[in-house]
Amino acid sequence: MAQSANSQQSILERLNAEVIKTDLPRLDVGDTINIHFRIVEGDKERLQVFQGVLISRSGRGINEMMVVRRVVDDVGVERIVPVNSPLVAKYEVVRKGDARRAKLYYLRDRRGKSQRLRDRRRGLKHLVAGERGVGEKAAPKA
Amino acid sequence: MALALLGKKIGMTRVYLDGGKSVPVTVLEIGPCVVTQVRTPDKDGYAAVQIAWGEMKARNSTIPQIGHDAKAGTTPKRHHREFRLDGKETAGFELGQVLTVKALEGQMFVDVIGTNKGKGFQGTMKRHHFKGLFASHGTERKHRSPGSIGSLCSNRGFGGGLAKGKKMSGHMGDVRVTSRSMDVVRIDEANNLLLVKGSVPGANQGTVLVRPSTRLYRSKAKRLAAGAK
Repeated sequence: MAQSANSQQSILERLNAEVIKTDLPRLDVGDTINIHFRIVEGDKERLQVFQGVLISRSGRGINEMMVVRRVVDDVGVERIVPVNSPLVAKYEVVRKGDARRAKLYYLRDRRGKSQRLRDRRRGLKHLVAGERGVGEKAAPKA
Repeated sequence: MALALLGKKIGMTRVYLDGGKSVPVTVLEIGPCVVTQVRTPDKDGYAAVQIAWGEMKARNSTIPQIGHDAKAGTTPKRHHREFRLDGKETAGFELGQVLTVKALEGQMFVDVIGTNKGKGFQGTMKRHHFKGLFASHGTERKHRSPGSIGSLCSNRGFGGGLAKGKKMSGHMGDVRVTSRSMDVVRIDEANNLLLVKGSVPGANQGTVLVRPSTRLYRSKAKRLAAGAK
């Protein structure tokens, strides 16, 4: 039974590959993103959009999670989303934010204007024009 | 004991159900197992089925063992297990028959038996969940000790010593453990995979036995009844 760990790895990888999404846009911490949730009501399905700032990404592979924060009526709302959940139909980048750290938990202590992030201008050269978000309208991509 | 299938634990991951619910699963590679002997009351005095699983190089096996496996028309196998059945049940099995995860098709719950990870020599706090002694109040160097283990006449020995089976420090783990009524999440016949909800005793690559659940927890029995309707 002395099979290599490689074979074990590949079985799990194969199973995970069925679930892991490969068509994601580039989502960086600090970006304002739209998450389209599939909501099933009875036998009908509709989409609900949650817009907020991506403040954390953690885990990797099939276990990757995102925390998205928005402020509604001065109340902070955070949703923790498994990146590969089938309940998410689509992710859209609305604008790229300039985040200087990997977790933006400090935004929780901010009120009003100070919780805004600057638009990101550095490190975007590798992105094609449509993905930059800066200076572009938040027009959803097809 | 009902017939169980042999296989190994691959590892854990997560699976999304149709409703989008995320479920932690353990992936088990089960079978294919080969029937290497059918014992009958006439010949052996009892009824049982012996199955074998796990490839092995012929040079690592023994000549008698190779011959035994060859009788069933199969290559040398590493693990052989015998399961007592009653006479009627053994009638369904024949030498050389191959059993795969398909045998578990339709089962809502299975029992998974494995050998858990060895923990070495452990104290009573870890091994038996003793509470230990006080952290302060004058306790010195005895914070994790078991405390008193008996007095002259405690354990009904009247000074003759301690009761057998007194919980003390010692070797922990590396014992056979049965995980009962685990939910079957998915069966993948093509790849001989069985996905069960939750964790399974033992390390990855460890050998496990899987059988249809023998005794269900009450809540699971209810679900089974609801599912059957």
